[in-house]
Amino acid sequence: MTLTALGTPSGEAGTGRPPAVEVSGLVKTFGDVEAVRGIDLSVRAGELFGFLGPNGAGKSTTIQILCTLLRPTAGAARVAGFDVVRDRTEVRRHIGLVFQETTLDAHLTAEQNLRFHADIYGMPKAEVGPRIDAVLEMVGLTDRRRSLVRTFSGGMKRRLEIARGLLHSPRVLFLDEPTIGLDPESRAGLWGYVDRLRAEEDITVFLTTHYMDEAERCDRIAIVDSGRIGALDTPSALKASVGADRVRVRTADDDAAEALVRERLGVETAREDGVLVVLAPDGERFVPRLFELGLTVRSVSVSRPTLDDVFLAYTGARMSERQAAAGGPARSPVAGPAGGRR
Amino acid sequence: MTATTAPVRLGGRGLRHELRAVRVVWHRDLLRFRTDRGRILSSFAQPLLFLFVLGQGLGATLPVGTFGDAGYSTFLFPGVLATSVMFTAVFSAISIVWDRELGFLREMLVAPVGRTSIVLGKALGGATVATLQSVVLLALAGLVGVPYDPVMMLATVGLLFVVAFAITALGLVIAVRVDQIQTVMPRVQLLLAPLMFLSGAFFPVSGQLPGWLHALALANPITYGVDAVRRVVLSRVDPSIGDSVALHWGSWPVPVWLDVVLVAGVGGVLLAVAAWMFSRPE
Repeated sequence: MTLTALGTPSGEAGTGRPPAVEVSGLVKTFGDVEAVRGIDLSVRAGELFGFLGPNGAGKSTTIQILCTLLRPTAGAARVAGFDVVRDRTEVRRHIGLVFQETTLDAHLTAEQNLRFHADIYGMPKAEVGPRIDAVLEMVGLTDRRRSLVRTFSGGMKRRLEIARGLLHSPRVLFLDEPTIGLDPESRAGLWGYVDRLRAEEDITVFLTTHYMDEAERCDRIAIVDSGRIGALDTPSALKASVGADRVRVRTADDDAAEALVRERLGVETAREDGVLVVLAPDGERFVPRLFELGLTVRSVSVSRPTLDDVFLAYTGARMSERQAAAGGPARSPVAGPAGGRR
Repeated sequence: MTATTAPVRLGGRGLRHELRAVRVVWHRDLLRFRTDRGRILSSFAQPLLFLFVLGQGLGATLPVGTFGDAGYSTFLFPGVLATSVMFTAVFSAISIVWDRELGFLREMLVAPVGRTSIVLGKALGGATVATLQSVVLLALAGLVGVPYDPVMMLATVGLLFVVAFAITALGLVIAVRVDQIQTVMPRVQLLLAPLMFLSGAFFPVSGQLPGWLHALALANPITYGVDAVRRVVLSRVDPSIGDSVALHWGSWPVPVWLDVVLVAGVGGVLLAVAAWMFSRPE
């Protein structure tokens, strides 16, 4: 396995900038429930960092601690260089947030929601107008700025939330399951904004997701399960760490081919449902060598380990199974900082 | 137009920033009030019933001269103003529970402002909305024999604002840690009805009341608010009415300024309690 040690991202040397997010020994318990059981990580400035795991893994709890909505039971965290417990106000000034659930006022217009945000974040007044224009333009809502938010579709609301999260030019943008409940078109659009954002703004994006395809987009991901980080690295390094590519081959005589491949090329083979599978570190480059052996190849396909395989390797379960076990779209155990006393 | 590579452009800090946050929380309540016409209209039903049905109905049974030159409807008018303000104010305050349920509260909670500023903005917003509504009711003054005297009207609006502020603060104490509207509604109902009936809005407190009822009324801060509004209004209707309708501690008529100090003081204390409750970590 070639995992980078947890908490020390590779390639930090040279940037010379302090980490955007730094977490050590983070623990959060709610009564008897240990939601977060000791998380360490460090996110570089400018990185797109993903938190991948099923519902109930501790992702949202961790995000809520990082954005000062919850206090950790133990451990420490710094965001944009500020301690999330001691310098809460400073942390808040430097972060933008988009939550799973909407936090817009549906009875105000898009622009009124943004103006509220600008004021409560204390943005310099001269910058408010131009900046509102810019973020609305970015998410394509310029022509709906005077519409009440309750007339918006789910995708439009999420875009407005992103616009608002960016309004005060945060250093770190937290996106907590930003595409949950969105149709494929809105999801694609949202990723377009994230890409554009990273190109145009000096910003670190910290994302939670339980979609594998979204995790693939991240510079690095942490695989979270049961309140712990199982693995943390780039998506490709994680995939490489769980095993070789799988080359499925159909030949005129599979038994002979298997013996020949083992003997001449020195690689492992296996049978899956009677099909010969050759395990090779770099499957696509391996395929020509099969032909060089003079085998009568009828068909060949190469598959790489997926992040789901990675998830399986590090947690012992498929993501989809965990998702089902967690029982649908769960919320974190508390409703907010003022707590749920029902 | 694009969002340019963002330089660090952080917002302000300190008292000015906190005041701006108070103002924007207050302003949001006003914006929502303006768009919520249904609420405005429906909130007049109860005061109108009190004023014209209770006022005329009960008034017809009372001997003339019970309240000097003023009829019962006139006597009732300040009480109805105060109770209508109570209801509007408390429902404004518990809108913070809606904010929590619908998510918007989080937008405020993660903002770089103190919780006290949010609570203060909410209290001022609720008080302003309630006072604005009472102005519409005040326009009915002529129907119950109250002259349209600008000074008296302004003083009344000012007093109603103080009452509304105290009641909003009370509503915030009840609501600020609650996360479901079903939880807060019964509590509010349980509290509002006794506060209203024990406030002297419908009958004079100092006079013929039984001792226990008199004591309860005097313990109710709203009583002092109703007393202040009534004295200001009735003194304009019948200048000779003097202290006869005034609240008394023993034989001492409580001065209007003390009424105001008491209500404002209770409001201030309640607001501090709400801010403290709101600021405590989970």
